[in-house]
Amino acid sequence: MSRHRDRTAGWAVVDLVVVVCALIPVVWIAALSFKAPSTISDGRFWPTTWTWSNYAGIFKNDDFVRGLINSIGIGVISTLIAIVIGTMAAYAVARLEFPGKSLVLGISLLIAMFPQISLVTPLFQIERGLGLFNTWPGLILPYITFALPLTIYTLSTFFREIPWDLEKAAKMDGATPFQAFRLVIAPLAAPGVVTTAILAFILCWNDFLFSISLTSSSAARTAPATISFFSGSSQFEDPAGSIAAAAIVITIPIVLFVLLFQRRIVSGLTSGAVKG
Amino acid sequence: MAEIVLDGVTKRYPDGTTAVSELDLKIADKEFIILVGPSGCGKSTTLNMIAGLEDISAGELTIGGARMNEKAPRDRDIAMVFQSYALYPHMTVAENIAFPLRLAKVGKAESKRKVQEAAHLLDIEQFLDRRPAHLSGGQRQRVAMGRAIVRDPKAFLMDEPLSNLDAKLRVQMRTMISRLQKHLGTTTVYVTHDQTEAMTLGDRIVLMRKGVVQQMGPPEELYEHPHNLFVAGFIGSPSMNFLNADVTSDGLQTVLGPIPVSDRMRRALEANNAPAQVIVGIRPEAFGDARLVRERRPEGHDLTFTGHVDVLESLGAEKFAYIDLGSSGAIESEHLAEAFQGNVTDQSRSQLIARLDPMSRARRGENIELDYDPDAIDLFEPETGVNLSERV
Amino acid sequence: MNGPGGGATVSGGDDAGRRAVSQGRRSERHLGWWLCAPAALVMVLVTGWPIVYSVLLSLQRYDLRFPDRKGWIGVENYTTVLTSAFWWNAFAVTAVVTVVSVAIELVLGMVIALVMYRTLVGRGLIRTVVLIPYGIVTVAAAYGWKYAWTPDTGWLAGLLPGGQAPLTEHWPAIGIVILAEVWKTTPFMALLLMAGLALVPEDTLKAASMDGAGAWQRFRLITLPLMRPAILAALLFRTLDAFRIFDNIFVLTNGAQNTAAVSVIAYHNLIGGLNLGIGSTMSVLIVVTVAVIAFVFVKVLGTSAPAQATGGKR
Repeated sequence: MSRHRDRTAGWAVVDLVVVVCALIPVVWIAALSFKAPSTISDGRFWPTTWTWSNYAGIFKNDDFVRGLINSIGIGVISTLIAIVIGTMAAYAVARLEFPGKSLVLGISLLIAMFPQISLVTPLFQIERGLGLFNTWPGLILPYITFALPLTIYTLSTFFREIPWDLEKAAKMDGATPFQAFRLVIAPLAAPGVVTTAILAFILCWNDFLFSISLTSSSAARTAPATISFFSGSSQFEDPAGSIAAAAIVITIPIVLFVLLFQRRIVSGLTSGAVKG
Repeated sequence: MAEIVLDGVTKRYPDGTTAVSELDLKIADKEFIILVGPSGCGKSTTLNMIAGLEDISAGELTIGGARMNEKAPRDRDIAMVFQSYALYPHMTVAENIAFPLRLAKVGKAESKRKVQEAAHLLDIEQFLDRRPAHLSGGQRQRVAMGRAIVRDPKAFLMDEPLSNLDAKLRVQMRTMISRLQKHLGTTTVYVTHDQTEAMTLGDRIVLMRKGVVQQMGPPEELYEHPHNLFVAGFIGSPSMNFLNADVTSDGLQTVLGPIPVSDRMRRALEANNAPAQVIVGIRPEAFGDARLVRERRPEGHDLTFTGHVDVLESLGAEKFAYIDLGSSGAIESEHLAEAFQGNVTDQSRSQLIARLDPMSRARRGENIELDYDPDAIDLFEPETGVNLSERV
Repeated sequence: MNGPGGGATVSGGDDAGRRAVSQGRRSERHLGWWLCAPAALVMVLVTGWPIVYSVLLSLQRYDLRFPDRKGWIGVENYTTVLTSAFWWNAFAVTAVVTVVSVAIELVLGMVIALVMYRTLVGRGLIRTVVLIPYGIVTVAAAYGWKYAWTPDTGWLAGLLPGGQAPLTEHWPAIGIVILAEVWKTTPFMALLLMAGLALVPEDTLKAASMDGAGAWQRFRLITLPLMRPAILAALLFRTLDAFRIFDNIFVLTNGAQNTAAVSVIAYHNLIGGLNLGIGSTMSVLIVVTVAVIAFVFVKVLGTSAPAQATGGKR
């Protein structure tokens, strides 16, 4: 009894340490974002007076609002395209036999490990030539490219986990190949697709290098890159408060997704379809 | 309801391997036929070809007189039960069972009635609203059956449907399937690797090995008249005992002592070029405790031998005595190696198993005198494995 | 014990060029190609051409500020870069940050993976919380660290004696870069390693403890060897990922105090210097380095690609 309680307490302490380490830096940015400009440099962790003024300020800043719109628009479009063509490829890789399959996987793997900086220089020049520089498509293209390996790998794993027998059973039950896909495979793959979409969106949302290199104005610059231009403003005001507020604003969607994502994983929908 | 005919059906893979070769099989209407054999024998491939899940490389398949080779599975009007049950995890039990009806565009009311009927027959009415994940293995198995019977197909195909159940449930479900099949009278093709299931369920058994049919017939026929070593070793549990024997003028010289050559054996040997060596096969149930046999049939003229009981298993209704034969008893034969695969331990080669009456006083570590009937002996050609006694 | 769903009915792998291909097989091939075509096309177009173009640019004198002086110069750019102290310093910084942060992440990640896998309380909470550093935008987190270490503003800087400004000194700045990198990516490492932990059969561990192995021995003699593929795959990915470090350094120091990584100086050559020739040369050199790292992992250490790694998990 007491041994059990000791172990529970021990785990609770370990858990607490991990949770604190993971959260403190985030809490710190949040705390900073609520500090009034006059108390920014008081060196305290928590604000002495709480204020929304930093948030009010950044939403009055057209560049940041524009950056948010760019981030959301570019992220959503890239994710959708990557998911659609990635799902097709992942299904083929997981379910079909065809020559060139390992080539597709190989290319994906290479791109997943590819140093983005090495694409930036040539893309900078190519996009200027094609008129894609500083446009949405100019960022969407590289985002899709780097989201694709992730979608192909994650989704093909999901597709492989759907028992092959279910598709056969649907065929035996009188389904056409399309019905088998729509009524059996698609509903089972949906959680995987949603999860993968979230991961792909996080990837695009997180990007800084492409955004800062392939844009020159707020026309296509995404929020993270916009934030880096907060500094060195002409005002005497320390931009720390605004930057912190902006950092929190772009973090919130991800935190929401992470909570959602966790629930998706838990719903082990395929368990029970086949005896372990 | 329909007759299924396979005419020279062959499955060849692009890499050159042949999974099934030239299979001729005529399955009568309402018949319960079992495809059995060790893994890789082609039984599942055969089933998948009947189902339409795999292409037929050569030969013809007809169901109810119509050629099926090119038809998609859904146009064949046959239902299948999978080893993994393959229940749709995102649908309730009722939705699972109704799925084939939904695809066939059967009306709501009729569909509901049929699902109820099937559920009643299988005693799963109380689970209709549950998801498969919340069912036990036996319940899932019954749902899978329900999905198969609900649309009243021409035939049932069952791919090792009981393999994922524990031993006791397997016996229960076996009886249920047998009763259901007789009740519905639907032609059924059932694949298993378990010879006990094959013996107990089927009207006829098709025993396969490496894509080739070894023997086809009612269970008793395969048991009593095996065509070759493989069939003899595969059918029956515990397996038939096999011993090397030299054919001499005094009879067959074996580790059990000389066995006189009966007229039946002599005819068998002469008909097959009088080989110098044969393999002798004796079923465990052909042995008896010599003491008991003498009490019951004093006039008997059976053969006897005395052996050392290595292990004794008492199962209540019967006793199994494992007689140590030493290394001299070991038989090397690829025919047997495959028959025993996953079925009986390899030890059966160097020991002899006798099934004894529970009254027997056999005890572990002691010698026992065993009696056996020479007429129950089968003789096999060592190289080809052919049963010589059957060739007369 | 059931066979994996996929391979059960499908015969051996690629048999390209074999003549006897059935109708079904041929249509399967075509479907496979069509389904993969869009993805393959995008990936090859967006990476393949730039790579080739990059190599071409690296062999030219091409500075956007002096476009008239453009011309083919062979390997001169390579000589320039490879004899530059800036390049080698950046290379050394990248190497140090990569090796140190990946080493720390491996240890910490393993600990966190064990905690997430074994904890008796709050498993859901801890698994969710750990995902936050993974999800947070790197730039946002980097600003958090930057202000935390800025004198007067930061709570961490306040803990240091006598108003030091660690971000303005070489080694402390690198230390902070590593800290930011470790905080951000350890969760990813931990998740990969946790997947590896799930591959270790519980029964094997029980058997080992029946055989008299203590907790540490079980970990060292059973868990670690069985996790080897997962560990190597995680290390490979994180090493290559750490090698392309950009965001953290850009925000924390922007390369001041000789803390630039190769990505950062390549960026400055492009955006600041507008020197396409030199920038491309660095791009090519970084790709070559990454290829060498990947080669060492795959050939020398025997890391398997995730395709095979996940294959075993089924």
